[in-house]
Amino acid sequence: MKMKRVFSAVLGSTMLMSMLAGCGGSTETSVAANGGEIYFLNFKPESAEIYDKITADYEAETGVKVKVVTAASGTYETTLKSEIAKSEPPTIFQINGPVGYQNWKDYCADLKDTKLYSYLTDQSLAVSSEGNIYGIPYVVEGYGIIYNDAIMQQYFSLTNKAVDISSMDQINNFDTLSKVVTDMTAHKDELGIEGVFASTSLGAGEQWRWQTHLANIPFYYEFSENVNFDNSILAGLDAKTVDFKYSQNYKNIFDLYMNNSCTEPAMLSSKSVDDSMAEFALGKVAMVQNGNWAWGQISGVDGNTVTEDNIKYLPIYTGIQGEESQGLCIGTENYFAINSKVSKEQQDASIAFLEWLFSSEKGKAYVTNDLKFIAPFNTFTEAEKPADPLAKEVLNWMSKDGVKLVPWTFSCFPSEDFKNTFGDGLVSYAQGQEDWQAVEKTVKDAWASEVAAKAE
Amino acid sequence: MEKILKRYFPLFVLPTLIAFTVAFIVPFVLGGYLSFTKFTTVTDAKWVGIGNYIKAFSNKDFLSALWFTARFAIVSVLSINIFAFALALLLTKGFRGTNLFRTIFFMPNLIGGIVLGYIWKLIINGFLQHWSVTLTYSPSYGFWGLVVLMNWQMIGYMMIIYIAGIQSVPDTLIEAAKIDGATLWRILRSITIPLVMPSITICMFLTVSNSFKLFDQNLALTAGDPANRTSMLALDIFNTFYGKVGWEGVGQAKAVIFFILVALITLPQLLLTRSKEVEQ
Repeated sequence: MKMKRVFSAVLGSTMLMSMLAGCGGSTETSVAANGGEIYFLNFKPESAEIYDKITADYEAETGVKVKVVTAASGTYETTLKSEIAKSEPPTIFQINGPVGYQNWKDYCADLKDTKLYSYLTDQSLAVSSEGNIYGIPYVVEGYGIIYNDAIMQQYFSLTNKAVDISSMDQINNFDTLSKVVTDMTAHKDELGIEGVFASTSLGAGEQWRWQTHLANIPFYYEFSENVNFDNSILAGLDAKTVDFKYSQNYKNIFDLYMNNSCTEPAMLSSKSVDDSMAEFALGKVAMVQNGNWAWGQISGVDGNTVTEDNIKYLPIYTGIQGEESQGLCIGTENYFAINSKVSKEQQDASIAFLEWLFSSEKGKAYVTNDLKFIAPFNTFTEAEKPADPLAKEVLNWMSKDGVKLVPWTFSCFPSEDFKNTFGDGLVSYAQGQEDWQAVEKTVKDAWASEVAAKAE
Repeated sequence: MEKILKRYFPLFVLPTLIAFTVAFIVPFVLGGYLSFTKFTTVTDAKWVGIGNYIKAFSNKDFLSALWFTARFAIVSVLSINIFAFALALLLTKGFRGTNLFRTIFFMPNLIGGIVLGYIWKLIINGFLQHWSVTLTYSPSYGFWGLVVLMNWQMIGYMMIIYIAGIQSVPDTLIEAAKIDGATLWRILRSITIPLVMPSITICMFLTVSNSFKLFDQNLALTAGDPANRTSMLALDIFNTFYGKVGWEGVGQAKAVIFFILVALITLPQLLLTRSKEVEQ
C-alpha cells in the first residue's frame, strides 16, 4: 500500500508538470533538414512536391542549396513561430498582408531595391511601411460566384421562366440575379438541381467564404468612401470603428445564398467548404461562391459532372449603386518576406532564388505550368499564364474594359477573432436565434474591440 | 556495497537529472518567465510585468471557458466514476463473457480524441437532424455532447482500475461479513468501498485532471461553437496563443493560471481521498 501511495504522488506531480511544459511552446516539427543556405518555409501544401523539383533544378543550375519546408494546412503561423526561433531559421517566409506584417515586422527585411519588386506589374500591391517594402505578392487570385453554364443554359431555354433575360451577360446587378435565382428555385425539379446555391458552409473553420470573402464587398465600399486615403485597405487599417454601412447589402446576398440553397439554413453549421464544392461538382447546384483555387477541388471530385468549358464566373452583386460595372474580387494573401535576422549573404541568396523563379525561363515555366500561379510580375508574357478554366476566367475579368475590380480589402480586418466573431453571428442568424440587427451590432463591436486590443 | 552505491549516487542520478532538467524544469521555468513578457518567438521576449495576467482575467472568453470547464469537470467526474464503478461491480460477479465485456468497454479508450470527436459530431448531428438543428445550435448541446463523449471514452479505463481494486478485496472478509448477516449494500459500503479507496484516488485524479485538460475532443466536437461558448480552458489557451496577434504572452499567462488551478484542485483531492484509504 505504501508503494502505491508513493507511486500515485509521483504520477500526480509529473502529470501536473507535463501540463505546463506542454504549453511552453515545444512544437518541434519533424523537418527533413539538409542544412541549406536558403531556407524557404512554404505556405501552400498543394505545391510542396513542385517546390522539391524546383529546388533540385535550381541547385543543378547554380549550386545553391534551397531547403523547403512546408507547413501543414492551417498551421503556417504555428510552424513559423517555432522555426524562426531556431539557429537556422527560414530565410524566406510569407506574411498574409499588412496585418501579418505587424506581427512579423521585426523579421521583415526591406525589399525596395530588389529586382523582384521592380518586376511587379502593380507596385501598390506590395506590403509597405514608411516608404520601405516588406512583402512582395507572388500570386494573384480572384473570387466571385462560380456558376455551371450548362444548368444556366438549360434554365434560359425554359419556356415558362419568369424573367425575360436569356444570357448570363444580362445579369449585372443584384436585382436581376435575385429574380433569376428565385425563379430557378421554383423550377429546380425541371432543372434537376437540389438548389441554386451550394451550402453556405458555416462549420467551425469553414466560414471564411462569408466572414472574410463576402464581407470584403460591403467593407470595400465603406472604406472607399474615405477620401483621406486612395486605397480602401489603408483606409480600413486606419479605421478604429466601422459603420457597416452596407450591412443591408451583405444581408441581401447572404439571404439569397441561404434561401435558395440545397441545404436548410438551420443545418448549415454542419457543412464544410468541401461539401459545397462537391455539391457543385456533382451538378446538384448551379452556383457556388469561391475563388480560382477551387478548380482543383471541383475537378478532383469523383463523378464530377461540370465540364471545363461550362465553368464561369459572376461578380458578387449585393445591390450597391453602380455595381453594374463591378468585377470579381482580385487580390492576394500571399506575400514573400525575407528574414532580416539572417546574414546579408543569405538574404541576397534568397532574393536571387526568388528572382530566378519569377524571371528565368525555367522558373517561369514551373510557376505557370506546375504551381499554376497567376503571377503579378511583368516578366510573364501573355502566353505564360495558367490554363485552368477558373484562372483563365479571372484573367478574362481582369482584362475586361470598364470593369471595376474589387481589391481584397479584407486584409485590413483587425484579427482572426474579428472574423470568427462575425462568423458566429452568421451562425446564430442562420439558425434563427438572432436577427440581423444583432449581427450588425456584433460586427461593429468586434471591430472596435479588436482594434483597441491591438493598440495596447 | 551500499556504501559504494551511495558514493556514486550523483553519477547514477545524473542522466535522469539531465533529461528531467531539459525536458521539464527548463520549459517549466521558461514558461513561467514568458508569461510575464510580450513575445512572438521565445527568443525575442520583452518584459511586461503582470500585464498579461490582467489581460487574461479581463478577457471574457477566458472567464467563460473557466466556468464551462468547471461545470463540465463536476458533471463528468461524477458520471464517469459512478458508471465505471457500477460496471466494475457487475463485471466482477463472474458472468459468462465477462472478459469480452471488459474488452469492449475498454476499447473506446484506444481511439484518439480527434477521431472520437469527429465521429460523435456526426452521430449527434445526425440525431439532431430530426429537429432540424445542429450541435452548435446551443452551448448546452455542446456541453452534453462533450459529457457523453468523455464518459464513453473514459468509463472503460476507469472500470479496469476499479476491477483491479475490487479483485484485491479478500474473499475471506466478504464471506465473514455474509456469515455475520451483512446485506449486499452493507458489504459494499463497509468493506468494498473502503478497500478500493486507492483505486478511487487514482480514478478521481485521472478524471479530474483529464476533464480540466480536455482539448482534442473539444476541438473536434464543437471547436468552441457557438461563439466560443463551448471552449474549454485548454482550447481557449490555444486560441489565444495562436489566434491573436500579439497575445502570445497572454496565452502563456493563461497557461500558468491553468496549471496553478489544476494543481490547487487535484492536490487537495488527492489528500482527501487518500486520507480515506485504509490499511488491510
